[in-house]
Amino acid sequence: MSHAINNLLTAMADDALIQGHRNSEWTGLGPVMEEDIAFSSMAQDKIGHAWALYRILQEDLGGSDPDHFAFLRNEKDYRCCHLAEQPNGEYDFSLLRHFLFDHAEAVRYGRLEQSTFAPLQPLARKLKGEIKYHLLHANAWVSQLCRAGDESYARMQAALNRCFPLALGLFEPQEGEEELMAAGVYPGEKALQAEWLDRIYNILSPAGLNLPGVEAVTPAYGGRRGYHTEYLQPLLDEMGAVFRTDPEAIW
Amino acid sequence: MVNREQIYKALEQVMDPEIPVLNVLDLGMITTVEPAADAVLVKMIPTFAACPAVEIIRRNIVTVLEKELHVPVTVEIDRVAHWSSNRMTPEAREKLLNFGIAPPQVHNGEAYSEILLQTPCPHCHSRNTYLRSPFGSTLCRAIHFCKDCGQVFEHFKPLE
Repeated sequence: MSHAINNLLTAMADDALIQGHRNSEWTGLGPVMEEDIAFSSMAQDKIGHAWALYRILQEDLGGSDPDHFAFLRNEKDYRCCHLAEQPNGEYDFSLLRHFLFDHAEAVRYGRLEQSTFAPLQPLARKLKGEIKYHLLHANAWVSQLCRAGDESYARMQAALNRCFPLALGLFEPQEGEEELMAAGVYPGEKALQAEWLDRIYNILSPAGLNLPGVEAVTPAYGGRRGYHTEYLQPLLDEMGAVFRTDPEAIW
Repeated sequence: MVNREQIYKALEQVMDPEIPVLNVLDLGMITTVEPAADAVLVKMIPTFAACPAVEIIRRNIVTVLEKELHVPVTVEIDRVAHWSSNRMTPEAREKLLNFGIAPPQVHNGEAYSEILLQTPCPHCHSRNTYLRSPFGSTLCRAIHFCKDCGQVFEHFKPLE
């Protein structure tokens, strides 16, 4: 079972790391100062969450040093979803991605509080509380920008249409998932996705946005098996550039 | 042998690098203090998971305690205990307010969006305020605006 837990935690951690890196790319470029600070803070949170998960991999599952694991793997050994890999693009895309991503994390950590894998319980509880601030930010912007005139509304709907199939990749079936479900480690991707769809519908619908049907789109799968978009390798090159100059340096 | 009282006394001198008026006890970061014959063990929990000051605080605890108590000190991160802003002492809230940062509201499971409304302004105490951003200059702070005194102010966010 440790192999399956390893897969699950690596996927969760890699999602947080890559999404955190994308958030950090708004530092210095945010449209207003508060937004610059918000994405920078969320970057710091996400990368901290990734680190905490890599640390569980190291201490409880015999994994390697979190920094080495985060920065020195080959592209195909990462397990992040395609949603997080996408470049930031316009602000509408970044916000909608952040909205879909953080609701997915909230659902996941909410369920992991009851995980039978003990090290996850305290961490899930902690992260869930912090992610609530990310949701507060995302929900406020999604609701307001959908009511801010025709162009703004059209951009939000277009961003949702683009993000939605990518976001379904957050719930790509995991190798060894049934084993984890049977052992009570977590309820499985299908159950998480259903809960997530309910949650986001309840916010998107009052904002007037049409959530595409799950059956009508092709989910962007592949990330959990190491198949990535063309955007991941350049991101990894940049993210690890300083670390690779001297992997043994103490910061 | 070193006693608990001496350890707590020494811990009062270890301040948070980001909010220098608060010590680690004020913040509720210390979960265990264990004096032994020739050593001291302290366990601590970070406030936010990604708090960059944790390692500095850990080192500061070792340095200050070893200097005051003259015994080897070990500081461990407590992996089980949960930090919530309700762990902050009433004295800590008072100190924060005097420092110009609105203290976290004591929370009881309410949604953050509710708690954060009308956070009292630390400058003029008005409740005629609004949340400008749930993020601020450090991970633990939000930014509000006071419509009465016209000033932006910071708020130590409540955290479950």
